Amino acid sequence: MRIAILGFGSVGRGIARAILAKNLDITVTGLADSRSGIIDPAGIDLAAALAKKENGGPCGGPDVGPADVVAKADYDVLVEVTPTNVDDGEPALGHIRGALGRHKHVVTSNKGPIALAYPELRDLAAANGVFLKYEATVCGAIPLIHAMQEGLAGNTISRLYGVFNGTCNYILTRMAEDSLTYEQALAEARELGYAEADPTYDVEGIDAGVKLVILANTILDMRTALDDVERTGITLLTPEALRLAEDQDCTIRLIGEIVPEAGVLRVSPRLVAKAHPLVVEGTLNAVTVETDLAGDLTFIGKGAGSVETASAVIGDLLYIRDRHVQGS
Amino acid sequence: MKLEMRDQPGQLVAALQPISAVGGNIIAVIHQRETPAATETLDVQIVLELPEGRLEKLLELLREQGVNVVRIGEERLLYECTMIMIGHLMHTDLSDTVDRIDTTGSAEVTELSLVMPAISSPSSARITIRSTTRDEMKRAIRILRSVAEQKHLLIIEPLEDA
Ligand SMILES: NC(=O)c1ccc[n+]([C@@H]2O[C@H](COP(=O)([O-])OP(=O)(O)OC[C@H]3O[C@@H](n4cnc5c(N)ncnc54)[C@H](OP(=O)(O)O)[C@@H]3O)[C@@H](O)[C@H]2O)c1
Repeated sequence: MRIAILGFGSVGRGIARAILAKNLDITVTGLADSRSGIIDPAGIDLAAALAKKENGGPCGGPDVGPADVVAKADYDVLVEVTPTNVDDGEPALGHIRGALGRHKHVVTSNKGPIALAYPELRDLAAANGVFLKYEATVCGAIPLIHAMQEGLAGNTISRLYGVFNGTCNYILTRMAEDSLTYEQALAEARELGYAEADPTYDVEGIDAGVKLVILANTILDMRTALDDVERTGITLLTPEALRLAEDQDCTIRLIGEIVPEAGVLRVSPRLVAKAHPLVVEGTLNAVTVETDLAGDLTFIGKGAGSVETASAVIGDLLYIRDRHVQGS
Repeated sequence: MKLEMRDQPGQLVAALQPISAVGGNIIAVIHQRETPAATETLDVQIVLELPEGRLEKLLELLREQGVNVVRIGEERLLYECTMIMIGHLMHTDLSDTVDRIDTTGSAEVTELSLVMPAISSPSSARITIRSTTRDEMKRAIRILRSVAEQKHLLIIEPLEDA
C-alpha cells in the first residue's frame, strides 16, 4: 500500500518510525511538513527524512509543498496529520477534499475537518468510492471509534462519558496527589511536554469538546458544533476543592459527556468516586459507553503520544488495505 | 418513606398493587426480625417513593386490601447529592445561596464544609443537598446552577445522579 503523509511532527514521525520498525508493507510516496516536501513513487527514504527533521531541518525540498503532494503524488491513502484548526479546519480540510476528489482514501488524526465538516467529507468519500477514517482524532491509541462503529454496531448508546484530555487529567492528578495549585501543576505539565505554551485549548475543555462533537456527529447521528457543547474548564479549580472531594473518597476529573436523547454535550469538572473506573492517573484517557445490549463498557488507554497515536492511524490504514486496496 | 407491616401470608403481594396504583415507586423490600426475644413474626419494610399528597389514598387502598400497616416512617429526604462550589462564596452571600435551595421546601442543604485559604482568593465548599424525590433534586441542582451563574461561582457536580 502506498501512502502520502502530510505533517511530519509528533504523529507523522511516529507513523514513519512504526513503518521502519515493523514490516507493515506500507510505502511512503509523498511527504510534507510546513516548509518542504518530497514526492518519490519508488518510496521515500524515511530514515533519512527523520534524521533531517531531527536535526531541525525540513523533511524535503523547498520546491514541493503539501498541495503538490496531495495533487501529484502517487498514493492509495492520504495520511493527514497537520495541526488541528477548529475554526475553519484548514489547511487540512483542503488537503482532504483534494485527496478524496482524486479517489484517494484518507486517514487523519486531525480533529478540525472531522468536527467541522464530517457530513460533507463523508458524502464526498462515498461519491468517490473511498474510505475516510479518523480513529486517531479521539483518545489517541484507544480504538473507540472502531469499537462503536463495528463491535457495538447493533447497540443503542444512551450515554457516553469520560476523560478525553490527558493534559487536564495530568494536572488534576497532580493537584490531588500533592496538593499542588492549578498553576503549579500546569507548570509541571509544561515542563514535561504535556501542555502547550498556550494551554487554553486543553484546559478550557475545547479539545474535549471537539472530541465530543466528532463522536456525536460521526457515530451518534447528531448534528452538533463546538458551540453546542456546554463547556467549563479546570482553570478555577483549587487544591482545597480537591481536598474536600478527597474527604469523601472522591476526586475531580474533567469529564466530557454526551446524552444523545437529551441532546446534551458537556465538558465540565465533575466529582467522581475514586474507585470509579474512569479515575485514571496521569495523561491516560478513559471512556465509558452505556449501551442497551452490551451493557456498560469502559475503555482506558493512552490518549496521545507519538507512537500511540500512530497506532490508531496504522490501524485505519490496515483496515482500508484489507478491505479495499488491491496490490501494494 | 417506609411502610412497615407484619409478614403474614399474602400481605406483601396485597400491598404492591395499591402502591403502583397511586404512582408509587418501590425502592426496597426489607424483611426484619424485630428483637430476638419477640415472637416468630417478621416485619416487612417497604421503602418507597410516593408522589406528593398520595399517602392518604394509599393507606385507604391498603386497608381495603386488608393490609395491616404497623408504622409509617416518613423518611422524607431520600435523595442525596454532594457538590463542590468554588468562588467568592462569602462575598456573594453564602447563606443566601443556601436559602435559595432551602426555601423550595422539598430540598434542603444538610451539610456544608467551607475552606477559606486567604482573604482575597476564592474559597471552596462542599455542599450536600437532600430531597424527597429525584425530580426535586434535579430542580435543586438547577437552582444552584443558576445562582452560581449569577454569582460567578463554579459548581462541580457529581458524575452520577443522586
Ligand atoms: N500528538 C498527539 O499525541 C496527537 C494525538 C491525537 C491527535 N493528534 C492530532 O494530530 C495532528 C498532528 O499532531 P502532532 O502532535 O503531530 O503535531 P505537531 O507535532 O505540531 O506536527 C505538525 C506537523 O504538521 C506540519 N505542518 C504544519 N502546517 C502544515 C501545512 N500547512 N502543511 C503541511 N504540514 C504542515 C508541521 O510542519 P513543521 O515540522 O515544518 O513545523 C509539523 O511537521 C494534529 O491535528 C493533532 O491534533 C495529535
